[in-house]
Amino acid sequence: MAGRALDEVFVAGASGIRLAGDWTLRGLDGLLPALRRALAAVPADANWSLRSIRRMDSFGALLLWQAWGGRWPVALDADEAQRAIIGRIGQVTAAALPMPPRISAVDAVALLGARLLGFVGHLGGFVALLGRLVLDLAHLLRHPRDWPLLEISANLFKVGAKAMPVSALVGFLIGVVLSYLSALQLRTFGADAFIVNILGMGIIRELGPVLVSVLVAGRSGSAMTAQLGVMRVTEEIDALAAMGVSRGLRLVLPKVVALVLAMPLLVLWISALALLGGWVSAWVELDIGLHFFLQALPGAVPVANLYIGLAKGAVFGFLIALVACHFGLRVRPDTESLSANTTASVVSAITVVILADALFAIATRSIGLPV
Amino acid sequence: MSAPLTNAPVVRVEGIVTRFGRNVVHEGLDLSIRAGEIVALVGGSGSGKTTLLRHVIGLTRPAAGRVEVFGEALDAGGAPRRLARQRRMGVLFQHGALFSAFSVAQNIAFPLRELGMMSPREIDRLVALKLEMVEMEPAHALLMPAELSGGMVKRVALARALALEPELLLLDEPTAGLDPDRSASFIRLIRALHRELGLTVVLVTHDLDTLAQMATSVAVLAEGRIVSHASLEDTLALDHPFVARLFRGLQARRSHSHGAGAG
Repeated sequence: MAGRALDEVFVAGASGIRLAGDWTLRGLDGLLPALRRALAAVPADANWSLRSIRRMDSFGALLLWQAWGGRWPVALDADEAQRAIIGRIGQVTAAALPMPPRISAVDAVALLGARLLGFVGHLGGFVALLGRLVLDLAHLLRHPRDWPLLEISANLFKVGAKAMPVSALVGFLIGVVLSYLSALQLRTFGADAFIVNILGMGIIRELGPVLVSVLVAGRSGSAMTAQLGVMRVTEEIDALAAMGVSRGLRLVLPKVVALVLAMPLLVLWISALALLGGWVSAWVELDIGLHFFLQALPGAVPVANLYIGLAKGAVFGFLIALVACHFGLRVRPDTESLSANTTASVVSAITVVILADALFAIATRSIGLPV
Repeated sequence: MSAPLTNAPVVRVEGIVTRFGRNVVHEGLDLSIRAGEIVALVGGSGSGKTTLLRHVIGLTRPAAGRVEVFGEALDAGGAPRRLARQRRMGVLFQHGALFSAFSVAQNIAFPLRELGMMSPREIDRLVALKLEMVEMEPAHALLMPAELSGGMVKRVALARALALEPELLLLDEPTAGLDPDRSASFIRLIRALHRELGLTVVLVTHDLDTLAQMATSVAVLAEGRIVSHASLEDTLALDHPFVARLFRGLQARRSHSHGAGAG
């Protein structure tokens, strides 16, 4: 391709313009800037000869039609096939593509309103999903044979058992860091023994449930949304509906039940590992033995805190699963919508969990605090 | 530029072996397609027609054998050379494979934009031209793929495959899911392009009408190899159980009403 010259395709002679070679997208590659300049310099009343052109495609025809200013030149020597190709260009340029609508001030206001209504729509959809779930549960109470046990167990394994390694690692490291930072402060006051209180209260009542929620929302919530979303894209959900299978019963309920069951267990697991990590750090920094640590723990942390932590786990799990399913079922069949809804699912789940955690803090403010 | 109108093979595959796990799909398959041919690739379900097409596109690699496109091995040359070769072929995937986040016009414009040779105005004109070629209204340009019917998806996908003026067009089930009228105009369109541009076309199809009206030759894929690559008449005369089964309907129809349906 190197060393190609303009005169392979374009020759301006005394008798007019003679075109040759391949007037195709590939044939003109590399010559285009020079060719455009040459075409622009041709006078309007020139003679055109296209006889020597070997091949012409619609790109070549488009270049010519533009050079001619959208009209047939007065003097043109071309064969029928070439005229047909160029003629087609001439026809479509008259009927141009519609422009995408521009955004005006009114549209901006309308967009704001649509956002607001969209939020209301989300609330409505969420409540409807919740209602559907309650109805499904009522149905299951009357028809115990319909429990989707297989789906629940599969989900339990996916969101619970498979989440154990990563939550163990995160829990342990958070425990180490928290304990290390506290130990530095406590040592300056000589209050070494209070490390047990800080770790126990902080982790069991607050950090454990919230940490698990963030992990599970990112890990399982996004997976649930994406799964439901792809099932919508591939019309699997429609196929279920066509078979008369309730999507609430088969898709939403197993996920919700599985997370409600798995989350308290994960809270227990991550709290235990965070305490272990905390003890390791306390042992290194403050020389606190395991025996002392375990003995002081029940005194420092009333057992009610454990129940609060587990209850939080169950409620947060419920919220995460419901939010994930809500967004998953709203996915429209295109990639953009899938990614937007998955993002929205994770962000909303974490936000809702933090909000719920604040409500918990208010509701349980007089429970489980050591006197 | 090489002269593409000679009769050198545009696609040549030799000794292709493909396995999926224990399932052997191709066992030493040979096929050679000359420039300007319209070859229909037929075979039973699961006989590896689409897989063969994917080998030619370069999406998958056979376990053994050699794939040559435009006289060069698929992996010959550096990245720019491979890209240039890739741009000489257009592919229509079975389900269209339109980019769902793009509108119809953006889908067709995408390969043109990637090329970086044209102004936005020229791209718009070419998009309008391609849309008209596949008999779509300009008003459809702003629709999203999710809003299109199955037949429209096919036509937009064809317009996108044609955007770069390919020399080799690979069609996977081009007329499946089109109504008979659309399918007839689709066939007319491909034939016209073939005439005007000297396109080479490889199509995988189950539709006997498409095959009878479009193909200049028929390649029959059975038992992991090409058992016959000949004109339709010669293929019909072939004594092979699969061929007999596949073409029974066509033979019956031909003897009833000769030449019906040609538009």
